[in-house]
Order: sequence, then structure tokens, then C-alpha cells
Amino acid sequence: MGKNFTSKKLSLEKLELKANDIRQDIIKMLEEAGSGHSAGPLGMADILTALYFDVMKHDPKDPDWDERDILLLSNGHCVPVQYAAMAHAGYFDRKELMTLRKYKSRLQGHPERDMLPGLENTSGPLGCGLSQAAGIALAMKMNKDSHRWIYVMTGDGELNEGNIWEAAMFTAKYKLHNVIAIVDRNNIQIDGTTEHVMPLEDLRGKWESFGWHVIEIDGNDVEAVIDACAMARAIVEKPIVIIAHTIPGKDVDYMEYDYHWHGMPVGLKDVAGAPPKDEQARVALKELRTLRGKIKNESQH
Amino acid sequence: MKSLYLADIKDWGSEPTRKGFGTGLVKAGQIDDNVVALCADLTDSTQIEPFAKEFPDRYIEVGIAEQNLVTVASGMAKMGKIPFTASYAAFSPGRNWEQIRTTICLNDQPVKIVGAHAGLYTGPDGATHQMLEDIALMRVLPNMVVVVPGDSIEAEKATLALAKDMRPGYLRLARDATPVFTTSKTPFEIGKAYVLAPGQDVTIISTGVMTPLALQAADKLFHDGIDVEVIHCPTIKPLDNATILASVKKTKRVITIEEAQINGGLGGAVAELLSEHLPVPVLRMGISDKFGQSGTPDELLSHYGLTVKHIMLKAHEIMDR
Repeated sequence: MGKNFTSKKLSLEKLELKANDIRQDIIKMLEEAGSGHSAGPLGMADILTALYFDVMKHDPKDPDWDERDILLLSNGHCVPVQYAAMAHAGYFDRKELMTLRKYKSRLQGHPERDMLPGLENTSGPLGCGLSQAAGIALAMKMNKDSHRWIYVMTGDGELNEGNIWEAAMFTAKYKLHNVIAIVDRNNIQIDGTTEHVMPLEDLRGKWESFGWHVIEIDGNDVEAVIDACAMARAIVEKPIVIIAHTIPGKDVDYMEYDYHWHGMPVGLKDVAGAPPKDEQARVALKELRTLRGKIKNESQH
Repeated sequence: MKSLYLADIKDWGSEPTRKGFGTGLVKAGQIDDNVVALCADLTDSTQIEPFAKEFPDRYIEVGIAEQNLVTVASGMAKMGKIPFTASYAAFSPGRNWEQIRTTICLNDQPVKIVGAHAGLYTGPDGATHQMLEDIALMRVLPNMVVVVPGDSIEAEKATLALAKDMRPGYLRLARDATPVFTTSKTPFEIGKAYVLAPGQDVTIISTGVMTPLALQAADKLFHDGIDVEVIHCPTIKPLDNATILASVKKTKRVITIEEAQINGGLGGAVAELLSEHLPVPVLRMGISDKFGQSGTPDELLSHYGLTVKHIMLKAHEIMDR
């Protein structure tokens, strides 16, 4: 009780710069690791920035604080973006990001809760986060502790899993309105586009028919993410899903929209349409740094 | 036998182990407010019902959704609850093994998987419902405790013990009434096996509702001149190595009995232990790489070679080696 983080909140411009810094770290981490997923983490950087630097009540110096909001990363393969956001938020030193996926690292290839303070769940096998969020919300309700929010990030390909829809029915049945799901709607999964592999549309209609309140936003707009979460917290009687439309590989030109980058790190191999493998990280980082300048200019309008 | 306060064979009652679970769960709920129960549309047959009536606010109906059943429970455990999740063993842990592995065992959460209607006592329901692979599936998971109570009274004690245990747990239950050979005074502790009858010639290690058959067989074998030591092994994991090894050092012959797949089951566990520490002849009784089928429990036990007579034949076989 009594912790106040309002003063620490960043301006919109600073949040956008933060997201850009996080993207640069993702590129460096993946290049160093030599394996891992690129497109999803880059696309989700704005959402994770909004959550860790504005939306969520949390304390990096007290990860088990019993008043904190909870973030479950259900699409565990995207954890590089969470690690980067956590490091920037102060959970651990940024230097440790370079240990991603390495022997004895706390930054396991897929998030393992008990390895790193601040992680709330273990994931990788898809489809579990929503059920866990519902369980947490139910337990909070029993404990008369319902003023905390549980944010669950899921992928869109992840919605192929039956477990998700079992959880969707369940969460609506028990009216767990402090569960806020955020779907990273980037339209890609490993084998291709989501609509080719297993069509999800009408996605809004699916969630609505399962009893959820649906908010659709541009998931690469930090302000839109913040606003949507604020709106979600004002909805009672129903769980809320934010369908966040994102660009996979966001801000790295040769990766954007290309599903081949779903499960591939920079620097691993030569790919059509991308720089040679030894140049991939350098080009990506240069693009991200240049964009930083662009954001500054645009914000002066 | 007196020190374990077993009932005399002539006084054995008859009750399904699931009944003892139902009673135990209500008691566990009275002892600890954090005990909650979740069920997948099988409230009455899994015997979650008494708890649901006593504690409606701590009972959650998940519907026919076993993946969600255990994963919701993992979320509740994160917030300090001790969830008991119940369904038929064929569905949980049959259908949701990965969720149990990732969200419960990997995080060492005190979620209890209660697999009802396991084994051959599911009789007429047939192969789909006669879960025989559950012991193997649960035993292989790091952190998981596996308990197969021998009768209704022991099931009640096991439920109370699991509610106090902070590890993930699996409790295997049978549908039909089976002999009640223990009493309220008979000791039960997770991780302990019990020498119910001392003997010199052969060690019979049995689990679950097979133990009364083993006791009956031992009684008859004594008249055939074979002195059997009967070990009841309600905890398959962690296995009570010390009790088993002490007995086998003496007898140097072992028979295991379970109404489950011997591959990966109790038979597998004992064979693993002995092959590393005390290699002696081991005969494993149970289901050997086959599925079940419809029939009465007696017909099925006879078909799969799990009657008192079959146990006696096995004992003679191992003595003749």
C-alpha cells in the first residue's frame, strides 16, 4: 500500500523512445543468442513499454509486492521483449540481457517463473495464460482482493489452441472483469499467415460471442495501448480483450510483415529480401536508431 | 500385523476409495481455508459433491474442459490456494498432461490432480475409460507425488496428507467398492510403504486396491509352505526405497501387483530400484501393454490375471526359479 509511481511515468515521447531502445536490445539479444523469435517481440515492444512504464502498478525493487498488477506472458516465445522491458524498468541490469538462452542464465529461452524475480508465469507451450489469469482472478475474488489487474499477453496464432477457448468461456462465466487479455494480432505464425494456417476471423465476433468486451486498437501506438487499458479497467461484469493490431518485425524494414522472421533470430542465415546474415543486426540497429530521430521530429509538429 | 491396526479379513468392509476422498476433502477444507475444489462436470461421481455443498464459495465448476481445469488451478495455487482438481483419470491427467507439466510441476505448485474411475474397476465403461497409464504419466514428472490408496479409509488419510503437502500431487481413485482392510488407526504417511505381513521367502509389493488380494494370497500361500512378506505401497513416488530394499535383502524374490500398466507403473518403479541396487528376480503383475475392455471388475481381473489365484501361481513360479 501507499506506493506511488505516478511521478515516475514517462511522457509519450519518452515512452516511444523507450520502445525503440527495447527494440534495439531485442536485436542485440537475439544476435548474441543465435536463436529465438524476432518478429513478435519487435511488434509487441510498444505494448510492453506501455504496460511496464505506464499502465501497470508494480515495483521492480519489490517484485513480490502484494498490491502489484500481474502480467502473464502466454506467448512465451516472445519473452525477449519482456526481458528487455523488465531490464529497462529496473528489475535487473541490462547487461544480463546478453545472457539470453545461455547456460545458467536466468533468461531462459522461454520464461521460467522461478528463475527470475518479476516473471509471473512459466510459458512456451501455448494457450495456458488465460486459464492461469482466470485462476488468479478467482483466488483474488475469494481473498477479497479484486482491486488488482491481471494482464495476459497472447499471440494470435496461439488462439488456435482449444485451451484458450475453454478459458474464454470460463472467465466470462465467472465475470472476472479484472482479467484484461491483449492479443498481439500480427497475422503471422510459423507456417505462414494466420488466415492461411487457421483462419481466426471474425476474431472480434468470436470473443464477443464468448461474452467478452472487445476493444480494438493500433498496437504499435503506445498511447492507444494506454488508453485501451484505461478503458478496460472501467468495464465491469465482463472480462476484456484488447485486440492489438501490430506489425510483425516493426521498425526493421526487411522484417516487417514477413512471417519467415517469426521464429528466426538476426544473423543466423541469409534470407531473400534481407541483408546478408552478418549485416542483419547492424542494418536493423541502424534503422532503429534512425527512426529515433524521426520520432523526435514528428513529435515537434 | 497388529501394530498396523489392520482389520481382520472377516471384518473387512466394502467401500469405493473415491468415497474416502470425498470425506477427506471436506475435512481438509475445514482444517485449511485455502483448500479449494475444481471439477469438470463430474461432481457426484468424483465425490467432490460433499465439499461443494459444504463450501460452495470454494468450489468451482469448470465444465467439460480438463485443460482449463488444471491450468486455472495453477493460477489459484500461485495466489496461495491448495486446489484439488477432479475428473476421471482418463481425462485428467489423460488429456491435460502438458498443462500439468508446464504450469504445475515446473513451478512446483501444490495442485492436486484427482483421477477418479482409474483402473479396471471402471468395469463396463470399457477401454476408453479404464485409465491404466496414469501412474506412469504422473510418475515421470519432476516434483510430482503419486499416491494410490488401498482402500477408502486410506484414501481419506491420503487426501488430508496431500492437502498439507506443498508439492504437486496425484491421487488415483477407483469407482467400485473394494475391501476396506485398514482402520482409522492404521498409519499413513506420504512416501511410506508398509510391511503388512512379515515373511521370509518372497516379497509381494502391491499398490492400491490390489493389496487386499495380496493379503488373501499370502494367507493361502502360508498353507502351501510359502512365507510371503506383503508390502503395501500406496505412494509410488517418492518410492519408499528403504522399506523395499530391507525386505528384498531378506527374501531375494519380488512380485509387484497393480491394476495399471506395469510398464512405468509400480512394477516399473520397483524394477528400476532393484536393478540398480539389488538385482533379484522380479515378476510384475498388472496390465502388460494392453488396453482394457468392458466387463465386470471380477471378469476383468480374471482376464488380466489379477486374482488371488493368479497371485498364488506367480508366487509358486518365482519360488521354482
